[in-house]
Amino acid sequence: MPVVLENLGKRFGDGAPVLDDVNATIGAGEFVALLGASGCGKSTLLNIMAGLEVPTSGALEVPSDGAAFMFQDAALFPWLTARENIELALKLRGVGKSQRRVKADELLDLVHLGEAGDKRPHELSGGMRQRVALARSLAQDRQLLLMDEPFAALDAITRDLLHDELERIWKETGRTIVFVTHNVREAVRLGQRVLLLSSRPGRVVQEWAVSEEHRTDAGLAGQLTGVITARLREEIRRHAK
Amino acid sequence: MPNNPTPLAEEKPVAEHASAEKVHAALTRSSTGNEDLRELEAGLDSLQSDAARKHRIDWSRILLPVAALVVLVLVWQFYVSLGVKRRDLVPGPLDVLGQIGVLWGEGKLQEAVWTSLQRGIVGFLISVAIATPVGLLLAQVAPLRRAFGPLISGLQVLPSVAWVPAAIIWFGLTDATVYFVVFMGAIPSIINGLISGVDQIPPQYRRVGTVLGANRLQMALQIVLPAALPGYLGGLKQGWAFSWRSLMAAEIIAVGGTIGFGLGSLLDQGRVLSDMTVVMAAILLILAVGILIELLVFAPIEKRLLRSRGLLAGSTR
Repeated sequence: MPVVLENLGKRFGDGAPVLDDVNATIGAGEFVALLGASGCGKSTLLNIMAGLEVPTSGALEVPSDGAAFMFQDAALFPWLTARENIELALKLRGVGKSQRRVKADELLDLVHLGEAGDKRPHELSGGMRQRVALARSLAQDRQLLLMDEPFAALDAITRDLLHDELERIWKETGRTIVFVTHNVREAVRLGQRVLLLSSRPGRVVQEWAVSEEHRTDAGLAGQLTGVITARLREEIRRHAK
Repeated sequence: MPNNPTPLAEEKPVAEHASAEKVHAALTRSSTGNEDLRELEAGLDSLQSDAARKHRIDWSRILLPVAALVVLVLVWQFYVSLGVKRRDLVPGPLDVLGQIGVLWGEGKLQEAVWTSLQRGIVGFLISVAIATPVGLLLAQVAPLRRAFGPLISGLQVLPSVAWVPAAIIWFGLTDATVYFVVFMGAIPSIINGLISGVDQIPPQYRRVGTVLGANRLQMALQIVLPAALPGYLGGLKQGWAFSWRSLMAAEIIAVGGTIGFGLGSLLDQGRVLSDMTVVMAAILLILAVGILIELLVFAPIEKRLLRSRGLLAGSTR
């Protein structure tokens, strides 16, 4: 099991807990969608898994080599070209100079950006930037890939395509992916399992399995989306008072 | 809502289902395979990217400043020809131009420009070499920054001319005096430029650096320094301006000894001889060197830097 979360809790200073008693296990090669309304601590949970923040209570088990991370904005370095951005990740990982170029070109080709390697981030569209960011996170060569709403800022057409793209790359590379989103459709479209996180404090309240049939049968997928949405709204309604 | 007794929650799954079939593409796979996907993405990429724009020489960039200069000189000549002041107190452009020609013929002009420029550049480069590591260290290490930050900002406000008397007492009338004053002018402003450049780095860059596994030194050299480059360049520009000003001040005040003959010395000589044409010629030469360095050195570097980061669009440069 690459990721095990046990009774995980997090609070900032003396404030109310952001996460409380989070329990989850994520298997090797699994694609898990972590779903929740805004302010439910999804990103905090992801940051804890990435080692960017420390939990205040509980225990977690993550791969010893850490995790690759993909942010909501591509966060590419504007002074480097697309290829150099990927090469930097390889360099910081300790890949030798002679191999970097070849490896970076392979990764660019994997995300279908073989032609755009010499472009600067500002010359790329939002979707292309996000694909470079995906290639960069793959360059880190970690088994675990954490994604923090990576497609939230993209237009709908691009997002649909990137869903297909991410699914393809996940199958090709066999990564374990934890994908944070507040979009129920996106969670159902991508995850093998959808974990619903409650808000204030964040806690895993329910989970659903998404089967292969859901990938091809829009009716079935729509039904599951409806069920999850209803549960999510119930969770939001609790905070109405 | 008394008119609508049906609970909202019961309606929801049905509504979701109905809308779900309309957004078919978002819920299930929408492409038929790798090749199909590659083609779709290529199409979308070309739709969403701007066509590369060609850069042409923009003549207004050259003609407008020249026109402005001509207008200023004409206004000057017009004022002089009104005869409000005595000609030896306010010489006209032609008198000054004539004096520049005389100074050139004597070789004085070349000597003065060369001496000053050489000192200015050497002093500036040494300042950069000192200020860059210090600035990076201050920007990256919080306790150091808290301790020395106010002092560095204060030094930037203190006119470096204030150091001239002290420098003369310590180093006498030597080049050391001139360089000391230049350092005191340039170093704090380069440090401040670098620090403010580092402060303006989006916090996301450091997080990416951490996630990618950068250690402290790699973070400073591979991420922080390049990210802070626009601010750093601003600091360098200001640092050059401060070295040039400090140098002139030092040369005007400290004359003689082993200090060579620079533009400041020329200016002071004009004052001693009460020759306004020499004074004006020296002032214009000091200004011209400043403008040329800006145009030939800093402007191209800055333009390249900003353009490569996509920061020039919509600016009036």
